[in-house]
Amino acid sequence: MASSTAQNVLFDVQGPRARRVTLILNLVGVLLVAALAWVVLGKLAEQGQLDAAKWTSLFTGRTWENFLLPGLWQTLRAALLAVVLSIVFGLVFGLGRLSQLAPVRFVSTVVVEFFRAVPVLVMMIFFYLGLGRADLVEPSNVPFWAVVLGLMFYNGAVIAELIRSGVHQLPKGQREAALAIGLTPARSLRMVELPQALTAMLPSMVSQFVVILKDTALGYIITYPELLASARRLGSGDGNILQALFVAALVFVVINYLLSVLAAWLSRFLSYRTAGRTKPSEGPLAGEDAA
Amino acid sequence: MRSTKPLGLAAMAAAAALTLTACGGGGDGGDAGGSGDGVRIGIKYDQPGLGYRDGSEYTGFDVDVAKYVAGELGYTEDQIEWVEAPSANRENMLANDQVDMVFATYSITDERKQTVDFAGPYFVAGQDLLVRVDETSIQGPEDLEGKNLCSVTGSTSAQKVKDDHPGVGLFEQPGYADCLTALESGQVDAVTTDDIILAGLASTDANQGKFKVVGNTFSEEQYGVGLPKGSDQCQAINDAITKMVEEGAWEEAVTANTEGADYRYNAELNPPEPAPCA
Amino acid sequence: MTDYLNDFASLFDQYDVLGAFWVNIQLTFLAAIGSMLLGSLVALMRISPIASLRLLGTGYVNLFRNTPLTIILVFLVLGVWSQLGINLSPDFNRNFFLYAVIGLSLYHAAFVCESIRSGVNTVPVGQAEAARAIGLSFLPAARLVIFPQALRGAITPLGNTLIALTKNTTVAAAASVTEISALMKTMIEFRPDVIIAVFLTVALGFVLLVVPVGLLTTWASRKLAVKR
Repeated sequence: MASSTAQNVLFDVQGPRARRVTLILNLVGVLLVAALAWVVLGKLAEQGQLDAAKWTSLFTGRTWENFLLPGLWQTLRAALLAVVLSIVFGLVFGLGRLSQLAPVRFVSTVVVEFFRAVPVLVMMIFFYLGLGRADLVEPSNVPFWAVVLGLMFYNGAVIAELIRSGVHQLPKGQREAALAIGLTPARSLRMVELPQALTAMLPSMVSQFVVILKDTALGYIITYPELLASARRLGSGDGNILQALFVAALVFVVINYLLSVLAAWLSRFLSYRTAGRTKPSEGPLAGEDAA
Repeated sequence: MRSTKPLGLAAMAAAAALTLTACGGGGDGGDAGGSGDGVRIGIKYDQPGLGYRDGSEYTGFDVDVAKYVAGELGYTEDQIEWVEAPSANRENMLANDQVDMVFATYSITDERKQTVDFAGPYFVAGQDLLVRVDETSIQGPEDLEGKNLCSVTGSTSAQKVKDDHPGVGLFEQPGYADCLTALESGQVDAVTTDDIILAGLASTDANQGKFKVVGNTFSEEQYGVGLPKGSDQCQAINDAITKMVEEGAWEEAVTANTEGADYRYNAELNPPEPAPCA
Repeated sequence: MTDYLNDFASLFDQYDVLGAFWVNIQLTFLAAIGSMLLGSLVALMRISPIASLRLLGTGYVNLFRNTPLTIILVFLVLGVWSQLGINLSPDFNRNFFLYAVIGLSLYHAAFVCESIRSGVNTVPVGQAEAARAIGLSFLPAARLVIFPQALRGAITPLGNTLIALTKNTTVAAAASVTEISALMKTMIEFRPDVIIAVFLTVALGFVLLVVPVGLLTTWASRKLAVKR
């Protein structure tokens, strides 16, 4: 890969002297970090946050069975439905932006740009309070739908953009060849370009799922009983809210890290199967995300 | 037909997720219309000391009163179906026949009376302050000048304290348990909301003996039993509440759920006489 | 209709909508600077000769990119402020504002780092080889040759990170900062009659903030693109 070479030619392999210096600096660094950790942990211990009582309850079956696993399930449930709906939304408006008809293109562009610009949290609060008053869904399901719809509109708009740019990033030859063998532009899009674009954008989509999963955490602000809210409830009852949130954060990091690894693996695996670019971090929307 | 492959996948995933939600939806939401031989009671799930859910165990003062009342109405405990009723959804849940009654720190107000009926009150709470157990300088909101106060985000009662006493630092958190963490460490000096909510929080096992309720209420909140508009249950519930008080079960329930918080309810207003039904 | 508009206009007397938006703008501005500095540093670490620094950089990105921003802010406020007792400002409210800036910076620095790294990947190997050939060591080569080009290549992802940051300032409510999303919630709760107008106002405010950034970065990435 060109990238790693570019980075490696920036410096020579370290000689014995540089290695020695590095080693010493590493030791100094480790000592500094250890000292800082010592101070912080000491302070936390002083506040009683490291007391065994605050931690042991987190590793009991009751904690996981009654709070964390149900919370995780609610998180995954909302995220999964949001993923599916945003793909549908993304396909509709992504193709809308590629349409031959100017009005369709215009409407799709406005919709996509609007929903990309509005913060997810603002949409969730709107749906939460709006759905509650509009009597469209059962009141106990209002937070769930508010989370799902908020995530759908925002991430759907992002996926629409991914689809559009995925098609644009294909080599021109693909379309030219399709037209040359007599396909109409629409059929070329459907049969040649879109399949390749969708394959190419899979890794970026998986990265987007990380975003969706992380954003379900905003649901606790509108009383959706997802993982973070469950951890909060647990911590309220047991008086260890910091510790409970710490465990919830750990669960989030592990799941999201695994998804990121999957995205990286997919991008390598799929790069042989499409003419498009599969690298998720180079997509035009890398880093585009909310909380 | 290579082109249909990703779409087919998406469709399959869509079908799968929809089935997932279909079976997950009714989990603890309570199916409408299932009121045949049981009773559906809306409570808080996240308010230790008042309404709290731990797996299949429900605890708190609201829960105890609800159990007693349901018993008087002829339901066994097995027939009670608990439903979570967050503050913002209580009116909707009653109006849409999702619950038969609500015991969820539900203050009786004229505005709410337009959409729901109330039985009770079964408790008169008041806005109060929770402080560290060794705190002596704070007796009421006027002592907060130059001190820091914590409450939940958007709380009007906390905002009112701040408006009356501009020198108060207001720390807003998503929940009261967060506030207690900051109170214990000394970064805030008081937490404010209804006295019995504070007492309930302070009496959980982990917090016992660490905090105390000041006991100088500066507002009056009548906790009622929310009922659907036009319900015929009001009188029976009021009778049950009166009986609960007379039997001493009411007193027992308050004590059991506020133990260790150095809390006495406002005896001038409690135990309350249920208001006549409309 | 005019009644509705009057009701709606009265909101602005009742609530400080512009003031709340101004908080979001300030948060965006300060956190943009913070995350840019920190993110560049982490990016530098990730391409540096020293293995431990590379490891540290990678660890930073994986940790902060995969944690929900709300959790980061809660830990800063409930952990660092309330437990460690670190006050950043003698003014009570300013304190949380600064914590929000730090939290936003920490979180978005991970994305800035990834943007810059993707920019570094657009710089041809020949540039690095040439820099080394004329005798520049790692830091001067990075500073004089690689980074200036990498930043140009990274403008689009950096712009997207800035847009994300702008919108994510709404999460600062979790750190006890009164900004527009918290105000919006209050407004809708007390004035449900104008719920749509409130939502559209807030949404439009963000469109006004975000769309220029998008246009600017698109323009800049074309204008500053390195011709190859």
